[in-house]
Amino acid sequence: MGTIAVVDYGMGNLRSVAKALEHVAPKGARVRITDRADDITGAERVVFPGQGAARDCMRAIDAHGLREPLLEAARTRPFFGMCMGLQVLLAHSEENGGTDCLGLFQGTVRAFPRDLHDGHGRRLKIPHMGWNSVHRTRAHPLWNGIAETACFYFVHGYHAAPEEPDVVAGTTDYGRRFCSVLADANLFACQFHPEKSSRDGLRLLKNFVEWSP
Amino acid sequence: MALAKRIIPCMDIDAGRVVKGVKFESIRDAGDPVEIARRYDAAGADELCFLDITASSDERAALVHVVEQVAAEVFIPLTVGGGIRSVDDVRTMLNAGADKVSINTAAVHEPELVRRAAEWVGSQCIVVAIDAKQVGEDPARWEVFTHGGRRATGLDAVEWARRMVALGAGELLLTSMDRDGTKAGFDNPLTRAVSDAVSVPVIASGGVGTLQHLCDGVTEGHADAVLAASIFHFAEYTIAEAKAEMARQRIPVRPVPDAVIESAHD
Repeated sequence: MGTIAVVDYGMGNLRSVAKALEHVAPKGARVRITDRADDITGAERVVFPGQGAARDCMRAIDAHGLREPLLEAARTRPFFGMCMGLQVLLAHSEENGGTDCLGLFQGTVRAFPRDLHDGHGRRLKIPHMGWNSVHRTRAHPLWNGIAETACFYFVHGYHAAPEEPDVVAGTTDYGRRFCSVLADANLFACQFHPEKSSRDGLRLLKNFVEWSP
Repeated sequence: MALAKRIIPCMDIDAGRVVKGVKFESIRDAGDPVEIARRYDAAGADELCFLDITASSDERAALVHVVEQVAAEVFIPLTVGGGIRSVDDVRTMLNAGADKVSINTAAVHEPELVRRAAEWVGSQCIVVAIDAKQVGEDPARWEVFTHGGRRATGLDAVEWARRMVALGAGELLLTSMDRDGTKAGFDNPLTRAVSDAVSVPVIASGGVGTLQHLCDGVTEGHADAVLAASIFHFAEYTIAEAKAEMARQRIPVRPVPDAVIESAHD
């Protein structure tokens, strides 16, 4: 088994992500938190987490010289984006007055409007924080063994709005329906935090580390 | 499904051990935070809260160790509070594996701490804990207290909540000092007044004695999450029973694992 690189570009604590991967990784696989381009280039699989603001993330990616290695990995090897690691795959984010992102997918990351309401007419809280379900818009091997009713842990104030409907693999409802899972060939990315989503999140990560796209 | 209302068991930690006893069946060590956290995760808890009540600063390091151990084995969100006084304290807890850090007394002494901490680590990691007591009837008014409800601050709880959110709090943990330990239910008018006043999620705390109290916290108090200690610790109710009752009352909850439901019917 090769290395699973967890990309560390200084945006948040990656300990939980690494621990969760170690928890599910097959014997012999190595989980490495790294900010080095050559570690990403040499890894068998790449996990791309992230939190914080889009502009800080993009600056940190470029400061570490990780733009090209990330794009290359996202096109060629099993690649898992989480939370901000999904959002910056799009071309642009509304956050911080507008931020250009990696542009792997056409589309924009949009803020949840402040005037969303639930079915009882109560104003929805922002950020979208807590457990919510994912409606699968198509089958994917990473869902193996996970019930359709499974919930995952979300924390975010912005959501991806990709232009190409084919890359949307799952949606979630919070005042509006948004894209919570993106998938394309060897790439899978989710807005929620699998490393904080208990059994179902661990199962998703297990499916990823065993995935041969 | 809509966003689930969260159920959060809260554990008091003293010198690295869970105190006020947790009485699960067949638990080997009732004071071991890792084993208890693992049990709550398996039982379907949505999040965990550790509240450090350690008096001596020497023993505070024990909490960091506990957080590290729990975060390495239990994969649900973990909030840690008690004795957080500086941005460094916040960072220490996050680096140990906490997802959110709760600031209480220090926010009253130094509100700017909330802004600095939120700027450094992001609002999503900063919970402000507010302990409130009712001080007026008509109209109802609540005041912020510190030191376990002994020290009045003169601050209006609803105004304080708004101010904390404006400074960067990403969530509020609201405890009614009138109800805490009474098992008479949450102070729902308080919870509702605060929850309706702010844009961020509010966790109701203090007073849970029955499953109906949990439901009322959501439906009457407009809470986004409900925190409880003794009813779960002493196995008066399970998380599965709490969620079943909430679901029956049409409150969205995250389903508990099938294995938990099956074992409950054994």
